[in-house]
Amino acid sequence: MKAFTYDRATSAAEAASAVAKTTGSKFIAGGTNLLDLMKLQIETPSHLIDINDLGLDQIEPATNGGLRIGALVRNTDLAANEYVRRDYAVLSRALLAGASGQLRNQATTAGNLLQRTRCPYFYDTNMPCNKREPGRGCSALGGYSRMHAIVGISDACIATHPSDMAVAMRLLDATVETVRSNGLTRTIPIVELHRLPGNTPNIEHTLEPGELITAVLLPKPSGGTHIYRKVRDRASYAFALVSVAAIIQPDGSGKVALGGVAHKPWRVESAERKLQRGSKAVTKELLANARTTHDNAFKVQLVERTLASVLNDAKG
Amino acid sequence: MKFDTPATNNPIDQLKVVGQPVSRIDGPLKTTGTAPYAYDRHDVVPNQAYGYVLGSAIAKGRIDSINLAEAKESPGVIAIVTAENAGKLSKGDYNTALLLGGPEIQHYHQAIAVVVAETFEQARSAAHLIHVNYSRAKGSFDLASEKSKGVPKDVFGTSSESSVGNFDKAFSTAKVRLDNTYTTAHESHSMLEPHASVAAWDGDQLTIWTSNQMIAWAVGDMAKTLGVAKEKIRVISPYIGGGFGAKLFLRSDALMAALASRVARRPVKVSLQRALIPNNTVHRSATIQRIRIGANRDGKITAIGHESWSGNLPGGGPEAGALQTRALYAGANRMTSNRVSHLDLPEANAMRAPNEAPGLAALEIAMDEMAEKLDMDPIQFRIKNDTQIVPDYPPRPASNDPQTKKPEKNEPHNPHPPFSIRQLSKCFEIGAERFGWDKRLSKPGQLSDGRWMLGMGVASAFRDNVVTKSAARVILDRRGHLTVETDMTDIGTGSYTIIAQTAAEMMGLPLEKITVRLGDSSFPVSAGSGGQWGGNSSTSGVYAACLKLRDAIALLAKGQKSEFNITDAVFTDGFIRSGSHSFLLAELAGSRGLVAEDAIEFGDLDKRFQQSTFGAHFVEVGVDRFTAEIRVRRMLAVCAAGRILNPKTARSQVIGAMTMGVGAALMESLEVDKRFGYFVNHDLAGYEVPVHADIPHQEVIFLDETDPISSPMKAKGVGELGICGAAAAVANAIYNATGVRVRDYPITLDKLIEKMPIKV
Ligand SMILES: Cc1cc2nc3c(=O)[nH]c(=O)nc-3n(C[C@H](O)[C@H](O)[C@H](O)COP(=O)(O)OP(=O)(O)OC[C@H]3O[C@@H](n4cnc5c(N)ncnc54)[C@H](O)[C@@H]3O)c2cc1C
Ligand code: SF4
Repeated sequence: MKAFTYDRATSAAEAASAVAKTTGSKFIAGGTNLLDLMKLQIETPSHLIDINDLGLDQIEPATNGGLRIGALVRNTDLAANEYVRRDYAVLSRALLAGASGQLRNQATTAGNLLQRTRCPYFYDTNMPCNKREPGRGCSALGGYSRMHAIVGISDACIATHPSDMAVAMRLLDATVETVRSNGLTRTIPIVELHRLPGNTPNIEHTLEPGELITAVLLPKPSGGTHIYRKVRDRASYAFALVSVAAIIQPDGSGKVALGGVAHKPWRVESAERKLQRGSKAVTKELLANARTTHDNAFKVQLVERTLASVLNDAKG
Repeated sequence: MKFDTPATNNPIDQLKVVGQPVSRIDGPLKTTGTAPYAYDRHDVVPNQAYGYVLGSAIAKGRIDSINLAEAKESPGVIAIVTAENAGKLSKGDYNTALLLGGPEIQHYHQAIAVVVAETFEQARSAAHLIHVNYSRAKGSFDLASEKSKGVPKDVFGTSSESSVGNFDKAFSTAKVRLDNTYTTAHESHSMLEPHASVAAWDGDQLTIWTSNQMIAWAVGDMAKTLGVAKEKIRVISPYIGGGFGAKLFLRSDALMAALASRVARRPVKVSLQRALIPNNTVHRSATIQRIRIGANRDGKITAIGHESWSGNLPGGGPEAGALQTRALYAGANRMTSNRVSHLDLPEANAMRAPNEAPGLAALEIAMDEMAEKLDMDPIQFRIKNDTQIVPDYPPRPASNDPQTKKPEKNEPHNPHPPFSIRQLSKCFEIGAERFGWDKRLSKPGQLSDGRWMLGMGVASAFRDNVVTKSAARVILDRRGHLTVETDMTDIGTGSYTIIAQTAAEMMGLPLEKITVRLGDSSFPVSAGSGGQWGGNSSTSGVYAACLKLRDAIALLAKGQKSEFNITDAVFTDGFIRSGSHSFLLAELAGSRGLVAEDAIEFGDLDKRFQQSTFGAHFVEVGVDRFTAEIRVRRMLAVCAAGRILNPKTARSQVIGAMTMGVGAALMESLEVDKRFGYFVNHDLAGYEVPVHADIPHQEVIFLDETDPISSPMKAKGVGELGICGAAAAVANAIYNATGVRVRDYPITLDKLIEKMPIKV
């Protein structure tokens, strides 16, 4: 860990402008991802701005009939919230499938969205990694890649986004509310928040320098059966091999998003229209153009079978 | 005391304290966080500085140059030690690779520098400022491609290859045959407490507070590595947060702390960071195993052949997966072979039940497959081939005493020694009844519960009982309180407790009057903890010391009263009694107290008899019919392992080992990057071990057994038995659930999914 200076912000706009002004500075929320990366010198901020005092820890019904979730709401509190459990159960289930009780107590909504990949080469600074050091190459290509992405990948990077919560947020068509360094706010549909790796896997999202997430907004609840299925080698405390978030309506229509297969939560709206035709048809379109390695080729079939299981469960 | 004839009645047989399910006497210290582990020893010497170990970024090659300038300038840095300024170092007897590399690099994350600073954070931060230029050399990293170059290498005093009768002929003419290849993965010990040490020099005297299973080995190898006399080194390791073999030997934390402290001229503490441990220290090598079994239609094995290949750095030994096959099942024609190939991966070495754990993982699947070919119940097939003599017992090239490793005299060799006691079939019979084995359907894929396909599997557990010299000192003070001192270690196993129970039983004292002090090289040299030899051997050493103390006390009693009949003397309730006479031990001890020291030394009973421990594993699994996720539902192990000194701590050992077996079966695998030559998933996020949710229900039954041939305690080792065969029982249950046979561990869903019976 490199030595750094530290400040606690007192307003969102001030935090945003401070980070934009000071090169090498970063926000710290729960710190469960950032601090680990700093200890390994994968992240080396010279200044941290702590955003825990901004009062962004409320969950409130929104005027549009949806829900407004403060950026600093802890994963535990979000999963336990009565509105979430009643109207957005897929989100609650996704959260509870992630990490451990202790981590969820500390992890925040915004921090969870912006957590970085778990690619083991990204985590070892002796190894070439385009995400850490652009241009040095991708060790996972041709290496151990069992956990890696199969869609939306590039020759520069095949990492996945590891979040469970983000998959449910994507399914729910959440939008992210931010404050920029000039003090202006904007909203970003979650589909636009995370980027595919392309030639710049080091740039993971579309936030501007200093742009602070203040809240995540959920639209009006859509009913249906909410399912989150996370498939993993051990029963708990493991990242997903693949995960399927789905909301299925009584007539078999619905929506579906995947985790563990791409650099971002993966959803293809046109594929969802085939839900009534079963998992094979949906998967074919969801994973069209999939490019697999020897180690992760199984994920294609795993998605199809997991989705079949989810659709089966949705029938009750 | 020499133990060379089977034990007769002795004070342990009273079983007033020994054999009771006593809770760990060190439990409160551990549950309150007050047991001082090595890295917690802030109190033992003042002015401790922090060391941070830098590992090599390449697997094989040379360091061309190291630039320390920037690191030295970094805040708080006191010193940096590399091979250039460490002084002359040798390699310890038990180490394969050097603990400090440079300029030559032998494996990835081999330590190349330790940075000493005022704080841990400063040391870590400075370590990142060390700039190293390497020249990479080509290495061999893939066992499968190096397998054909494997050479036989003797293991722990037994020859690597053996044969009896004519295997080839018997196999080729057998009515029913199996010839399959199985693989097990590289595994990491992953004990909770990382390797850690505090080192302090006082003149030329070095003290190390560390976490080590074998105190005397650590002293010896530290002395050899530094080129100083053993007497100059004191090793203290009273509490150890797990080891599983990773702490059998001197490791880089201890050496780097010693070197750093010498250069920095102040005490230094070092803990290996988790991400360094899998590549810096030791692991269990992967194996490739070919098993051939031939049998008559009635299920009698006529030919059994087992070959095992593993990898190691030059000079390292094999993971000998075929060893147990010499002794487990009958059969007139047999062969075994254990070969090791040169790999430039980190050093492979002992991990819980070395040899048997991967060996039985393969053999016991083969037995399941063979039973199916014979259309026999897998339990009946094993019982049919049970044996009371060892079918293949090759002459031993050297003593199998792991402590002395002395070459053996030319003794007459019995090629088929009897087992001291063997109740394998009984374990299966009792287990079958308790587990409800009769509910298993022999045709796979027939049972389900919702989306879960259910199956049951069994496997034999088998592991040798090793006995080895062990000494102890007992001190009786004027309050009648007894202190036991021995350099035995407690690696979470319960050594403190069973040693206290032994002393209490021997001296007729309540447990509250016993203090046990372990893990200090100033105490008499014990068996240490490894190879499941520790519990039985070290309590036998305490038994010997207590016998000596009893004799001294009896003589004092006689000195007080000449009618006192020594031969009838008994020790109860703090007294020595004989006839109508009794004396308080406290009084006889007098103001100066009494001290006795002795060692147990084992004769040749372990050569005249094969001493082994046995068990039967039963496992039920569910396999998700859609995703092929595998979850264990329940496990039972029935064990025959001599007298159980403490059923509570013994059970903990067995369930812990069963859990490790589940890990090996379902998830544990160090993945090799064959280009860079290292284990990629080198932390606990990437190397998965079972969590609580993976282990819903475990049961252990111990047969009521004593083995007087083993030791005066009539006990045996039990710390490793539980892992032996456990993985195969899981594998066989998966087959029974799905009809898909996987022969490559770990059995993860990607190996099943293509063949799942239910298509979607
Ligand atoms: C052992 C372990 C297991 C885990 N398992 C899982 C799992 O199974 N599933 C899963 O989904 N996750 C898992 N996680 C990840 C965990 O969910 C994340 O670490 C956590 O959600 C991050 O939240 P945080 O508040 O601690 O973020 P921080 O570490 O504080 O921040 C993360 C990043 O977000 C930025 N940031 C934070 N808040 C804002 C904001 N308001 N605006 C702009 N930028 C911001 C920070 O600058 C930083 O770059 C695991 C983590 C660990 C350590
Ligand atoms: S997959 Fe991405 S994160 Fe992993 S090594 Fe390649 S570039 Fe780095």
